[in-house]
Amino acid sequence: MLTFVTQRLLQSVAVLFAVSIAVFLAVYAVGNPVDLLISPEATQAERAEMIARLGLDRPVWAQYLTFLGNALQGDLGTSFVHGQPALSLILSRIPATFELVVSALLLASIIGIPIGLWVGLNDGSLGARAVMTGSILGYSIPSFWKGMVLILVCAVWLNWLPASGRGDTVTVLGVPFSFLTVDGLRHMAMPVINLAIPNIALMIRLTAAGASESARMDYVKFARAKGVRDTRIVRRHILRNILIPIVTVLGVEFGSLIAFSTITETVFAWPGMGKLLITSIYQLDRPVVVAYVMLVTFIFVTVNLLVDFAYAALDPRVKLSERMS
Amino acid sequence: MTDPRTRKPVLEVEGLQTVFHDLEGAWPAINALDLTIYEGEVLGLVGESGSGKSVAGFSILGLIDTPGEITAGRVLFQGKDLREMDEESLRKLRGADLSMIFQDPLTTLNPVLTIGEQMGEAITEHGQADAEALRRRCIDTLTKVGITSPEERLSQYPHELSGGMRQRVVIAIALLNSPKVIIADEPTTALDVTIQSQIIAEMQRLQHDSGAALIWISHDLGVVAELADRIAVMYAGDIVEIGTTDEVLDRPRHPYTRGLLDSVPGDVPPGEPLRQIEGSAPPLNARPFGCPFHPRCAQATDLCRSSDPAPQGDGAGRIWRCHHPITAQEAA
Repeated sequence: MLTFVTQRLLQSVAVLFAVSIAVFLAVYAVGNPVDLLISPEATQAERAEMIARLGLDRPVWAQYLTFLGNALQGDLGTSFVHGQPALSLILSRIPATFELVVSALLLASIIGIPIGLWVGLNDGSLGARAVMTGSILGYSIPSFWKGMVLILVCAVWLNWLPASGRGDTVTVLGVPFSFLTVDGLRHMAMPVINLAIPNIALMIRLTAAGASESARMDYVKFARAKGVRDTRIVRRHILRNILIPIVTVLGVEFGSLIAFSTITETVFAWPGMGKLLITSIYQLDRPVVVAYVMLVTFIFVTVNLLVDFAYAALDPRVKLSERMS
Repeated sequence: MTDPRTRKPVLEVEGLQTVFHDLEGAWPAINALDLTIYEGEVLGLVGESGSGKSVAGFSILGLIDTPGEITAGRVLFQGKDLREMDEESLRKLRGADLSMIFQDPLTTLNPVLTIGEQMGEAITEHGQADAEALRRRCIDTLTKVGITSPEERLSQYPHELSGGMRQRVVIAIALLNSPKVIIADEPTTALDVTIQSQIIAEMQRLQHDSGAALIWISHDLGVVAELADRIAVMYAGDIVEIGTTDEVLDRPRHPYTRGLLDSVPGDVPPGEPLRQIEGSAPPLNARPFGCPFHPRCAQATDLCRSSDPAPQGDGAGRIWRCHHPITAQEAA
């Protein structure tokens, strides 16, 4: 157990290190931020002074080493555009994104798992096949298009829901949240649905596949031979077994939604991390982009670690120490 | 050993038919099965793979899943027809009065639930029990089937036990509610030979102590000969011969039974080739016309090729299904 944790932590550090090099070089290659930051009227002297102040006159490896040294002390650089530390800038946007992602995954689980169970247990029936076919649409329609259709229908035609922004927020422990006000919930509705749709489809398919496989297992038949009620068979025998892949996928989806809710946040002008990333890329705000990627990597690594722990809790056959290799 | 047929019947199966559907039609896996099980007896149900013996066991409990379907017949338990019962009444009988032991203990137990939970639910789904009484009953039953340190087992998971131990747990679950009838579907086939004989001895003792009737489904005539009071031989979905163990072993009437007996390796002197029945059991969708055994039967005549023999009996429960049954002289 202890060796497992140590090993995984070392792996995580290695991953973060590798990602930092890759992203630093990539951002360096994208373009020179000075052209965007300095007004065209600036003199050559002012320009050189600016470049020196941002440290952009030094060779890339020297810039990287400085970045690395600072990063180890928890400083991921200062935004060129906002003049604030990049990390705190991103962190200030995290609650908005978290709120969307957690709601979307919750919605996906609440809707997707029961439907998936029903489909899996009624394998081959007309309704089940219809749901399975429909679910393909659910995750193959691109997110930006779905978002725009939602806006067109719910905001423009029907005028039910607001199309952009976070709405009223309530501040809890210094962090603003939308889901605590009615107006906030109305603003959240469309982006959450947009993020949830592909995940509902995913949950349905995953649960259905697991349930129909599990329902054919001997232990289910034996439970029936024992006289166990169907409701209990589904709840304890089937669901308990298919929870393992579901938790894995939910973990991965959580990570990727945090990282890549960019499109949805852009379409609905939701002031989360994704929107910040897009803006920062346009403005060549290197420190923010680098800090963003580092943070997202960190979240991914952490979520994966948590999923492994969840595995061990859900599946008695998994011993963490044996999973290292 | 008293003839079990002098006792009261506990389970009567009449004309039970189970078919399996595919795109081309419905194929019977068991055909109009007639079988009476008497109180406290051990009935060996013997046949090759695909003879329908397992399907027969599952059909009695009504545990046939699509694409299978029970299409006809009655299963009378204590005078009530199980096939007429609603699902909830049937559920209450399963695992209580009628229980079942499966073939492969590695897949019978749910890998993610503790032994305690899998035993406990067999009790709680059939009535109330407080936690302490529940625990006691599980521990007592585990002790009865020969499991050491039963208290610890309750919190263990199936993968922590060996195959033989798991089958003992499965047997314990089947015994928990003191059933009247236990259907054991090849319960030793998946086990090592040494464990096999232990389990068989254990089952013999447990069956004797509990007084439950036991239907022991097996392809192994040797095992059945050791255990059973009566033997029913199945071929292609039909019972082709029934009698007491002595009758069937000493004086088989059906050529198929004779073939099975001859195939028991122990009877062949060392160095001689093992005897076998030529050919193999017909698949469900290719049941031969006439007597289903005729393509493999040395005695087959035109009559066998054109008409399926009806069951005949001696009036005392000995039944065979053959146009040219082996006579007593031939058998001797």
